[in-house]
Amino acid sequence: MDKVLFGDNQFFGVNHMSEEKARAQSMRFRDTQAMIDVLDMAYEAGIKTFMCTTHERIGEVCDYFRKHADRYPDYRFYPGMPYAHKYANAVTDHGIVGAIKRFLPNDGLMDAVVRGGSAVAKKEIDGIATLLIDAEMKMFEGLSTPVIFLQNVVTDFLLGLGMKDAFRVFADHVKTRYNAEPGFFSMNMPRLLDVLEEVGVENPIICSNINKIGFRMCGGVDLYQQILAQRQFRPVAMSVLASGAIPPREAIEYVCQLPKIESIVFGASSRGNIRQTKALIDEFMAVRQD
Amino acid sequence: MGLSHQSIINMQPDVQLVAVCDSTRFVLDMLEKYTGVRVYNNLSKMLQSEDLDAVIIATPSKFHGPMVRECLEHNLHVFCEKPYCLDVTEGERLAELAKQKGLVNQVGYHYRFVGAFQEVKRLLDIGAIGDVAHIKAEAYGPVVLRPSGSSWRNQRSEGGGCLYDYAAHPLNLVNWYFGMPESVGGTVMNKIFSADSEDEIYATLRFGSGLSGQLSVNWSDESYRRMTTKISISGTRGRIYADRQECQVYLRDGGNLPDGYLSGWNVRYTTELTPEVWAYVRGEEYSAQLDYFVQRIKAKEMDNINSFTSALQTDRLMRMLIDDSEREPIAASGDYQPLAKGNSSWWQRLTNAS
Repeated sequence: MDKVLFGDNQFFGVNHMSEEKARAQSMRFRDTQAMIDVLDMAYEAGIKTFMCTTHERIGEVCDYFRKHADRYPDYRFYPGMPYAHKYANAVTDHGIVGAIKRFLPNDGLMDAVVRGGSAVAKKEIDGIATLLIDAEMKMFEGLSTPVIFLQNVVTDFLLGLGMKDAFRVFADHVKTRYNAEPGFFSMNMPRLLDVLEEVGVENPIICSNINKIGFRMCGGVDLYQQILAQRQFRPVAMSVLASGAIPPREAIEYVCQLPKIESIVFGASSRGNIRQTKALIDEFMAVRQD
Repeated sequence: MGLSHQSIINMQPDVQLVAVCDSTRFVLDMLEKYTGVRVYNNLSKMLQSEDLDAVIIATPSKFHGPMVRECLEHNLHVFCEKPYCLDVTEGERLAELAKQKGLVNQVGYHYRFVGAFQEVKRLLDIGAIGDVAHIKAEAYGPVVLRPSGSSWRNQRSEGGGCLYDYAAHPLNLVNWYFGMPESVGGTVMNKIFSADSEDEIYATLRFGSGLSGQLSVNWSDESYRRMTTKISISGTRGRIYADRQECQVYLRDGGNLPDGYLSGWNVRYTTELTPEVWAYVRGEEYSAQLDYFVQRIKAKEMDNINSFTSALQTDRLMRMLIDDSEREPIAASGDYQPLAKGNSSWWQRLTNAS
């Protein structure tokens, strides 16, 4: 994995601090070209991995990168699925079974019909989950997706319920069908790591909040530091600035001196911020001990 | 909603989740198969078979009343989703029953566990913005965006609709900050897409001593990515605006400023106002309210936030709004006579004087 990954929260009006700022961002990025312009700025700064949700507008970004593959020969996507709002709304409107059926592919593929129909009837998580993953992955066809993530809304929900097998199903399917590494977003990294080890997902990639002030780090900063020092996994740090609560230099210096951190994901909308953050990560990653 | 409660409470270190009851066979089979939890499709049967201490009720609203009663009669501490009880009289009886039995009772008004809204409460309690003149309570979000088949959630008779689902939250915050209004008026409940319930609600609330409030709620507004609740309060010494993310405060010069606040605009963000939770599924406040419920049971404390009695205020206020919305408003017609002199309007007084 690259040391620096580019995130997409800023494109979709996700801002953990201010609704006003989130709306201003939504306005700026209502045109897909505006997103691509920012991705270009990141690319120029040397950031070649886009870690994105499966929001339908990412489909348009994918179209662009397919069309201009020659311009970005080494570009990679790390999809994070699913974009949960559409499922939440569908469950409210159609109930759970209805919602699952709505998102299963209906293009007449024998495979989908057989896997989907019998899986829903037999209540088998494998068939249902793998079909939903395939549906989400459609937009990335023909693009490089070496790591595929499960969003924290789903990871942490399943973790809480104790549906541990689902993680195994996700990991296996991502490996066999997409030849990709499975990754997991979580706000509960220590607990998730225990469960992933238990179900045999070895040396897992876990993307979690890691920041100096402990924002959304369940278990606390001390436990996270202990786990980073002692356990075997591949951590990716997000929310390192805690939505702007920590000054960039201080925030990045802190995260870079932690053991094992493989990558840092951040989102930004201006050339200046992108360059500054990338430079800080390069600077502090270069002086790491491990 | 029940599934996310299950996910959250199952991670609570002081709790053992024993059993789940639901009406959907598919969900029960999946839960049984993949989590090993014991499942029931009948509440009475679960209560008879299992040795429980507490229960979380997250069902369509019309079942809250009867289910709360049954659980209290089995001596269980009860956490019930909002709105508490569609029948206000039954709600009173159940609050009384819980009290008699010494059982912890709590309703899921999770905004009272959001750091920014708690900061508003703290600032009001210390009089930071002086005498309060007005509160505007709003909620918007994308729930019903087209005419669609009916589920309990968009039928008033089932305890659904924009009032019980959305408006309950800002109203509950108003109750928390200022108690019960003396009267309500001008309530508009309008359908946009739903066939059997309102999709938007506007109303005026009047408290004594010059304080008034306005409610503005619309759950058919796609311009909001998700439910957004906002509170704006103005007083003689300043103004407060809060949503889930932040609390912005304008304070006038002079007087006693709260610790850490300056005159002019101030802002406090979720990041600094939010205490850590033991597990995060969909927002700190959801974990925090269930943890709070568990801690009250452990400490045997009945005087808790969001008690049945407190939630009853909001039920009663919603009932008042329904009744007000069904009243005949003053019609604009040729027959309309202005109020008698002495009660004349501001404009009339001005024109008479000049």
